[in-house]
Amino acid sequence: MIPRGRTPLPILAPRGVGMLRGDQPFPQAARDALADPQLRRNLGHATSTIRGKRAAVVDEVADWEELREAGRAIKAATMARLDEHLVLLEERVTAAGGTVHWAADATEANTIVTRLVRQTGHQEVVKVKSMATQEIGLNEALAEAGISAYETDLAELIVQLGDDLPSHILVPAIHRNRSEIRDLFRRTIPEAAADLSDDPGALAATARRHLRERFLSAKVAVSGANFAVAETGTLCVVESEGNGRMCLTLPDTLITVMGIEKVVPTWRDLEVFLQLLPRSSTGERMNPYTSLWTGVHPGDGPQAVHLVLLDNGRTSVLADEAGRDALHCIRCSACLNVCPVYERTGGHAYGSVYPGPIGAILSPQLTGVEDNASLPYASTLCGACYDVCPVKIDIPSILVHLRAEHVEAAGRRTPEAVAMAAAAWTMAAPHRWRRAQAVARLGRLLGRRRDRQQNRIRSLPAPLSAWTSARDAPRPPAATFRQWWQRERGGSS
Amino acid sequence: MPRRLRRTATDDAMTERPRVALFVTCLADTLYPNVGRATVTVLERAGCEVAFPSAQTCCGQAHINTGYLRDAVPLVRHFVDTFSGYDAVVAPSGSCVGAVRHQYAMVAARSGDRRLERRCRDLAERTFELSEYLVDVAEVTDVGATYPHTVTYHPTCHSLRVLGVGEKPLTLLRHVRGLRLIPLPNADHCCGFGGTFAVKNADTSVAMLTDKMTDVLATGAEVCSASDSSCLMHIGGGLSRLRAGVRTVHLAEILASTQDAAP
Repeated sequence: MIPRGRTPLPILAPRGVGMLRGDQPFPQAARDALADPQLRRNLGHATSTIRGKRAAVVDEVADWEELREAGRAIKAATMARLDEHLVLLEERVTAAGGTVHWAADATEANTIVTRLVRQTGHQEVVKVKSMATQEIGLNEALAEAGISAYETDLAELIVQLGDDLPSHILVPAIHRNRSEIRDLFRRTIPEAAADLSDDPGALAATARRHLRERFLSAKVAVSGANFAVAETGTLCVVESEGNGRMCLTLPDTLITVMGIEKVVPTWRDLEVFLQLLPRSSTGERMNPYTSLWTGVHPGDGPQAVHLVLLDNGRTSVLADEAGRDALHCIRCSACLNVCPVYERTGGHAYGSVYPGPIGAILSPQLTGVEDNASLPYASTLCGACYDVCPVKIDIPSILVHLRAEHVEAAGRRTPEAVAMAAAAWTMAAPHRWRRAQAVARLGRLLGRRRDRQQNRIRSLPAPLSAWTSARDAPRPPAATFRQWWQRERGGSS
Repeated sequence: MPRRLRRTATDDAMTERPRVALFVTCLADTLYPNVGRATVTVLERAGCEVAFPSAQTCCGQAHINTGYLRDAVPLVRHFVDTFSGYDAVVAPSGSCVGAVRHQYAMVAARSGDRRLERRCRDLAERTFELSEYLVDVAEVTDVGATYPHTVTYHPTCHSLRVLGVGEKPLTLLRHVRGLRLIPLPNADHCCGFGGTFAVKNADTSVAMLTDKMTDVLATGAEVCSASDSSCLMHIGGGLSRLRAGVRTVHLAEILASTQDAAP
């Protein structure tokens, strides 16, 4: 039995590549976001609205906790035999007339999709909102091959038109408000009325007219998948706008890119997630569109159906006993909406296409923690994410696990490691600890008399200056608790 | 979770009073001794015989939560050695108790020490945050306190979500004479402390603190209370810097105060 958290197994699977790494560490990236009043207002408003909706529709389900437990158990059991489920899925998709491709990483997946599109002879694809294709940077890869990919989800369209990056799993343009979107549409959509207002209905109608042309002319579509049912080889996309339904039914060729962790063994398993996902995600009892397709049906829907199964670091996540539950994620984004850090910094600060608490564990695991070393620390471990997760991923515990991995990788010589080792050495023995307390008492001498009288310290040297930049520190008292106890109770224990 | 206090036959023979070990926490010991004194007062008033094992130091939570799990092992072992002989361990901190209850066994297991892991699991069942101990074990909700002030209560994340103390601190406060409890808006939102987060991600931490202080000030209360000195150091440090005129007072200090002896 291997001790928990150790990874002595050689990592044979490749690490994740693609849009999983930011340009700067989280604290720096967060600083810019925190200083943006528009972003702070947009995020505060949007996340609190979704939080309220979710809470209301979850409260009305009497057996919500049992559902969560069922979701967790199904995912855990599925991951334990993931290889078998995937082989069965391939077999059933193939039997139904589809073609299955295996992609070890983002680069290979992009190569496969590009080749498949080229084989159709077309230069344009319409896209259903998909995290997997965001993760691998498919649009950029297709563009390099001279193929235009058009996002058809309203929020993804906003992001694409603005040459922007998504900042939320479910609501990728959550950082934009109505008037910003109106300005963008006026600038980028030729059909947009010159006097377009910021009324949501008018904005949606403009996008709809713009997209309708694309749906009717597109011959190739690219989607992700929320689930794949192994027993029948059926793929599933849940969505709200109907753009997905159009993309999944109208074109001749349908290419689906799906992370290997999305497979569920049976339709009975799917049923559990179709209850958990919409309530957790959009705060709806049921999502407006649930599309399911199994291979090819002559004369009905796409006649060429492809499934690209994407690893991109997932197998190495699966090898880590203490972290593998991150693969249970069904991308509902409930954890983003309740996260006090995400609510203030937004998604871009995380650098990866997976922001928020789930991103803080998933991105470092997919890339290897050394490539996303600041993300596991982008949390106060407040636990709000764990409480709302529909599949009960213990995100705080995995964050601590990843911090431990980072600490091990960083070695014993960083200033922090030296300080931590010294603190542990001091506190492991009572006599050393008492001496350290005596030293701390020297803090009574710090600062001006006026502040000392009020028992506060207004400035401390680095790294504690980060504390006193905005917070007073308490002035150490004349006597510790243990000195009082010794005096009053004679040290009896 | 088994919440009943285990008592040995010899204890019962010697005394009817439950024997409780106070884990004062390194922070209260060093910087907030009044919180420790108040905890002793409240436990004794609830009928306990309080011991202070003088070998105690720190639970190692900061090491664990920053990822220094190997450095934390000696601290975990020291804590278990220090407190294993007691029927119950009580601390005036939700997050320290959370570390003992939910992280110790994991730290021990990762170090490969199965015996320590078993001892951690055993001790976890007997370690309580103050309000939990009072309400669940001592079965006291009125500790005979008087505190004639308006108070708002921040429940702290680890008390709320790791330990699940729920309404227990509020129940205790509602029985305090003269105290007017004003609900805190967005009470369950984190204050932004997060241990080393407050320094590593100081900007985000302060942004969260600002919103927490805004909610505290909106209540108009004189006092903001909580059952974690660390969160109170954060919130109180911010309020003090702003000269907001709101005091932060630990739950234990409120429960210990009487007509004649304010803390």
